[in-house]
Amino acid sequence: MGRYILRRLIAFIPTLIIVSFLIFIMIYLIPGDPVSMMLGAEASATEADELRRQLGLDQPFLGRMKTWYSGAVRGDLGHSLFLHQPVTSALLERLPVTLSLTFCALMISATIGITAGVIASLRQGKFTDWGIMLLAIIGISIPIFWLALNMIFLFSVRLGWFPTGGYSPISEGLGSFLKHLFLPSLALGLAYTALIARMSRSSMLEVLRQDYVRTARAKGLRDRGVILVHAMRNALIPIVTILGLTVGELLAGSVITETVFNLPGVGRLVIDAVKRRDYPVVQGGILIITFTYLCVNLLVDLVYGWIDPRIRYS
Amino acid sequence: MAAQATTTASGVAWPSASPSRQILKRLRRSRSTQIGLFLTLIVAVLSLGAPIFTDVDPNEMTPSAILQAPSRAHPFGTDDFGRDIFSRVLHGGRISLLVGFVVSGATAVLGFLVGTLAGYYRRLDNPLMRVMDALMAFPAILLAIGIMAILGPRLLNILIALVVVYTPRTARVVRGEILVLRESDFVLAARALGVSDARIMLRHLVPNSLAPVLVQQTFILAVAILAEAGLGFLGVGVPPDVPTLGGILSDSRTFLRSAIWMSIFPGTFITVLVLGFNLLGDGLRDVFDPRMQL
Repeated sequence: MGRYILRRLIAFIPTLIIVSFLIFIMIYLIPGDPVSMMLGAEASATEADELRRQLGLDQPFLGRMKTWYSGAVRGDLGHSLFLHQPVTSALLERLPVTLSLTFCALMISATIGITAGVIASLRQGKFTDWGIMLLAIIGISIPIFWLALNMIFLFSVRLGWFPTGGYSPISEGLGSFLKHLFLPSLALGLAYTALIARMSRSSMLEVLRQDYVRTARAKGLRDRGVILVHAMRNALIPIVTILGLTVGELLAGSVITETVFNLPGVGRLVIDAVKRRDYPVVQGGILIITFTYLCVNLLVDLVYGWIDPRIRYS
Repeated sequence: MAAQATTTASGVAWPSASPSRQILKRLRRSRSTQIGLFLTLIVAVLSLGAPIFTDVDPNEMTPSAILQAPSRAHPFGTDDFGRDIFSRVLHGGRISLLVGFVVSGATAVLGFLVGTLAGYYRRLDNPLMRVMDALMAFPAILLAIGIMAILGPRLLNILIALVVVYTPRTARVVRGEILVLRESDFVLAARALGVSDARIMLRHLVPNSLAPVLVQQTFILAVAILAEAGLGFLGVGVPPDVPTLGGILSDSRTFLRSAIWMSIFPGTFITVLVLGFNLLGDGLRDVFDPRMQL
């Protein structure tokens, strides 16, 4: 297992370097002069020079790259042009909101998705299976933001059960925290529940057809034992993969959900920064979300090796 | 390709239907494909025939008809500027379809190019696929937002952003197929006969890897439509004067209490369109590879 972990960690480094390089060169890919794009036509030459210096665009490419990488390693992602604060502190202030949203959405999608998928596989070809799969395909076809708008309309505007938006930190009480986070998490989670349900169903069906499941049944084991001990454990491998990918999609999906529900998270910060052309914040936001995504995928890879020893030796 | 033989109960072997006939037979039986095709056709006919179904300019503002509920004059009601939502939805549907088909087509071409070269030439595999992996390391919508931040809000830029985001997915599928096919007997035979690499790739490898890519591209069509709507909703898509389904839904946010029709109709329209393509993709996958049936 030790060698497997080391191999995965070594493979992780080049990806991280390429990804951060792509984020770094973002500013160089802007057509025309990025400084005049950010400041507009009315800016004076002094202001433009000052911003150019602040962004490091007055330095040669390699020098700027060295400064950016060494800053990123130390946690210094530059200075926001509009928030007038370091990018790192702006991101760290908002990260708990995004992580709480992602975590709650993951819990919802994993719980409902795996349960629905397993039930559908056990009732293959029956009405329950058909109904779950129909809901699942509708689920992956509904835009998250429209689902969120409908939820706000039904549960907040009509029924008044939840606030229409905003965030309440956990320090102000667990009840208020959950009340504010429930609808956004449900909207975000349901979109991926469908994907997890489809994956869980096909994975379970694949396993249920295996000889060892037939043998377990032939030995007289009860259905519950066969499903929980023999089938579920083996069906988990592709489900873990999809859960890992889901975390990344949930993190990215938070950009939309935070905008709809007016949550002060990293996603909304990135969107506001794109509109204000605050490139250091855009770069920092994309870097932090992608870095989290890559770390989760690395963790998933390691969990794989633990669940299925064959993967360690392949 | 040689036709397969089936043995009847009497033990007599008859040649079975050709693969293309079998596929056609499965297509006719696939309910998912039929429903998917039906839904996409409805939306496509309504969108592409927008000038026939409505003569109202989607950007025409009527101050005397602000936030009107659905009526005969305005089947989907009007928005806060008095614009006809029916006309805006149909014209928005055209943008969605345009984005879906262009992105799906362009990613197919680029995906085939990258995937075939990576799969066929071992020395190109590592550099090409590392770049593809790096692009896939970003969550899709976030990469699209990043590219839009660089290029600015224009329809062409959305197309570029989504092509960059989804090409690696097609390239991976193509590469996987090519890796298997390049070791096949018919490719070895072609090579032994002195057929050029370009001809082997174009005449033998690409046509034989079409089926899984067709399925993949149907799903890309659906996700590209959703992504374009998402970018429009976030305000980083096409400029506000172009009616898009995401943009209309974004406008509806402020009027959920007073004008729910601003959200219901465009939302349903885009869901039906994406559902159609997803069903079509599911159906095609079942038809081309019954082992993958969900």
